[in-house]
Amino acid sequence: MHAESLVTPLQACLLLSALLFSIGLAGALMRRNAIVILIGVELMLNAANLNLIAFWRYGPDPQALTGVIFVLFSIGVAAAEAAVGLALIIAVYRHRRTVNVDHLNSMKG
Amino acid sequence: MTPLFGLLGFIIAASAVAAVALRNLVHCALALSVSFAGLAAIYLFLNAQFVGFAQILVYIGAVAILIVFAILLTGRGELERGAGFSAGWMIGLGVALAVFGTLAGLLLSSHLLVREMPPPAPTSVRDLGDQLMTHWVLPLEVLGLLLTAALIGSVVIVMKERGPR
Repeated sequence: MHAESLVTPLQACLLLSALLFSIGLAGALMRRNAIVILIGVELMLNAANLNLIAFWRYGPDPQALTGVIFVLFSIGVAAAEAAVGLALIIAVYRHRRTVNVDHLNSMKG
Repeated sequence: MTPLFGLLGFIIAASAVAAVALRNLVHCALALSVSFAGLAAIYLFLNAQFVGFAQILVYIGAVAILIVFAILLTGRGELERGAGFSAGWMIGLGVALAVFGTLAGLLLSSHLLVREMPPPAPTSVRDLGDQLMTHWVLPLEVLGLLLTAALIGSVVIVMKERGPR
């Protein structure tokens, strides 16, 4: 039995992407530090990018370039997100002297 | 293709786990860069050269450095005091495992994904630029506007506050 018959390349890419997304989700849900939560969000965004590239590469029409351009825009938006997110974390740290999200509960009902 | 892909996937997954699980935040940022580099290699592998280099430039060159600066500016004594994991970490782990189980089960049982791949499609940066400047020029301008606004916004957010408070 040939090894490649178990999963196709597209399935392998999508499985890796699902794994990366789950790791990012676990990090975002489990950690207390806001910076690590942002790292988890970045991992999830990268998993989405990998999905887009995989579907472009193994899709019916790779000449269309739509997947590549989608990923380029996605990278640009993610860069803006990272800049604003880290600026917010730094601003919160200045006001509260902590980046532990368990302590940032002043809006808790 | 498979052994190299498997190796890259293992490196990416291991460094991603390290990036969210390590105690020292600087080590987290370094592991995150390794994961980004592995993803860039996967993109090169999938014939998306420009995206691979953009990934290196934007993620390793900018986002990882931004995270290192944020760690520098927020102090590092934070994690040594607490356990590092939130109180409901088991729920979080359960949710993540459930998500991965569902996704993997669906992917492996799908019949739509088993079609063989077409031959490689070489794409040049010239084609990409052509498309960006003709068909996608409006989204490109909007993205430029968004990046400018994000840049100004983040500078305004972290600016020292003056005046009576």
